[in-house]
Amino acid sequence: MQGETMMAVRGLCKTFTLHNQGGQRLPVLDAVDLDAAAGECVVLSGPSGTGKSTLLRCLYGNYLATSGSIRVRHGGQWVELTDAPEQQILELRRDTIGYVSQFLRAIPRVSALDVVADPLRRRAADAGRARERAAQLLERLRVPGRLWSLPPATFSGGEQQRVNIARGLIGGHSILLLDEPTASLDEENRAVVIELIREAVAAGRCLVGIFHDAAVRDAVATRILPLQPIPAPAPALEGI
Amino acid sequence: MRTGPLLSARNVTRTWDGVHGCRDVSFDLYPGEVLCVVGESGSGKSTLLQALSRQAPPQSGSVRYDTREDGFVDLATLSGARLRLLARTDWGFVRQHARDGLRMQVSAGANVAERLMAVGGRNYGDLRRAAGNWLEKMEIDPDRLDDTPVAFSGGMQQRLQIARNLVTHPRLVFMDEPTASLDVSVQARLLDLLRGLVGDLGLAAIVVTHDLAVARLLAHRTLVMRDGRVVESGLTDQILDDPQYPYTQLLVSSILQG
Repeated sequence: MQGETMMAVRGLCKTFTLHNQGGQRLPVLDAVDLDAAAGECVVLSGPSGTGKSTLLRCLYGNYLATSGSIRVRHGGQWVELTDAPEQQILELRRDTIGYVSQFLRAIPRVSALDVVADPLRRRAADAGRARERAAQLLERLRVPGRLWSLPPATFSGGEQQRVNIARGLIGGHSILLLDEPTASLDEENRAVVIELIREAVAAGRCLVGIFHDAAVRDAVATRILPLQPIPAPAPALEGI
Repeated sequence: MRTGPLLSARNVTRTWDGVHGCRDVSFDLYPGEVLCVVGESGSGKSTLLQALSRQAPPQSGSVRYDTREDGFVDLATLSGARLRLLARTDWGFVRQHARDGLRMQVSAGANVAERLMAVGGRNYGDLRRAAGNWLEKMEIDPDRLDDTPVAFSGGMQQRLQIARNLVTHPRLVFMDEPTASLDVSVQARLLDLLRGLVGDLGLAAIVVTHDLAVARLLAHRTLVMRDGRVVESGLTDQILDDPQYPYTQLLVSSILQG
C-alpha cells in the first residue's frame, strides 16, 4: 500500500571536522541513498556508530550535509533541504517534517499538555482544540492526568519520552523521523507506541526511524535499510 | 506564501576607531522571528545592535526596514524625527541593565504608561489599567504600580523594562544581554516569559547574548560573531549541534554540561 515518494536522499555524505582537535576529520555517512514513501516505516539498522542518528539529524536539517542531496516533498513541490533558506527549513519543520528526538528538551515552566499541544498550535490550530488533542494523546500514552499541568523536567525518563512522542505525533506531519522512541519504555507502553506508529503508517504518513529493540523493529518496519560502517581512516597523528 | 523581511541588513559596518566594532554584516529578519547574535565580549555584538537601530549609524552598508506607513525604506533616508517615532512606536529596546532602560525616579506604572502617552494615550484610567495589566503579565504584583523601580529586585526591574517596551505593541525588539545581569534562578523565569511573549505577540527580536542557552531557548536563528564579523549563521539548533567553524566549535564545547 505504498504511496508516493516523500523523501529522496542521494549520495549523502557527512564528515565532521573537529577544528579544535587538530582538524581531525570523522567521516560518518558515505554516499547514502534513501527513498521513503507515504505509508512506509523505513527502519535504519546497523551497529552503533554507523551514523543512523546522524542521518536522521541531516534529514531534519539539524546537521548540515557535507555533500549529496536531500529532497523532501513539501506541499505540492520538492524542496532541496541542503540548500533551502533557513526560513524554508523552519516552514518544513512546522508543516511537513516532524522529529522525535531520543530525549525531550524540557522548557522551563511549560506544562506537559502545552509542550505536546505546541506543534499543532504552530500550525494555526486553535488553542482549545490543540489541547484537547494533546490530552487524547497523553491519555493514550498512559501519562497520568495529574502530570499534565506540570512541566516535564521532573518526570521520569519513560514519562518524558512519552510526552516527546505525543509532541512528535500531534502535528500530523507527513514525514516523521523517530530516534529510538521506545528506548526507555516498559513493555506495556512500548505496545502503545507500536500501535500509534502502525496507525500513522496506515494513515499514509512516511516514517523513518531507529529502533534498537528487535521486537519493536519487527512490529513497525515495512522496510529495513542497513547502514554500513565506514572503514576508519588512518589517524592523523600530528594533530594529537 | 511567505512575506518579505521586516528588516534587511547589508554589509553593515560600524567601527569606533577603525578597528573595533562590526564589519560587513548582512542578514534578513522576518516578522515573528527571533535572531540571536552570540560571541564573546568585544566581538562587536552590541555595536551591531546600535548600528541596526541607528543609535550609532553605520559608516557603510544599509539597513532597510518595513515601515507601517511607507513600506520598505532605507533607515538612512529617514529624518531624525521619523526615526525617533519609529523607535518609540514600532521598536523596543531592552538594555542589559534595567536602570539604563527605566526611569528610576518615577513609579512603575508611569514607566509603562509613559510609552503609551508618547503615542497619544491620554485617559488616566486607561493608562493606569494598561500599566496594571502589563505588570500582571510580567508577573509583578499590580499593587506595586505606585512604587518606584528603585525598590524592585533586579529580576523585577528587568521585567518592568520589558513591560515598558512591549506596551506599545512594537514589531521589533532589540535586546542587549537581557538576562546577563540576573541571577541564574531569575534568568529562567525571564527567558520563559520572553519566550511566551514573542510567541503570543508575534514579535520579531534581535537578541545579543553571550549565553548559548539563551539562544537555544529563544532564537529561531543565530549569528555567531568574532572580531566584528559574522563567522557563522544558521538555524539555532544546527549552529549549536553541528557548528562548522573553529570558533563556534570552541564556544559550543565550552558549555558546562548541566
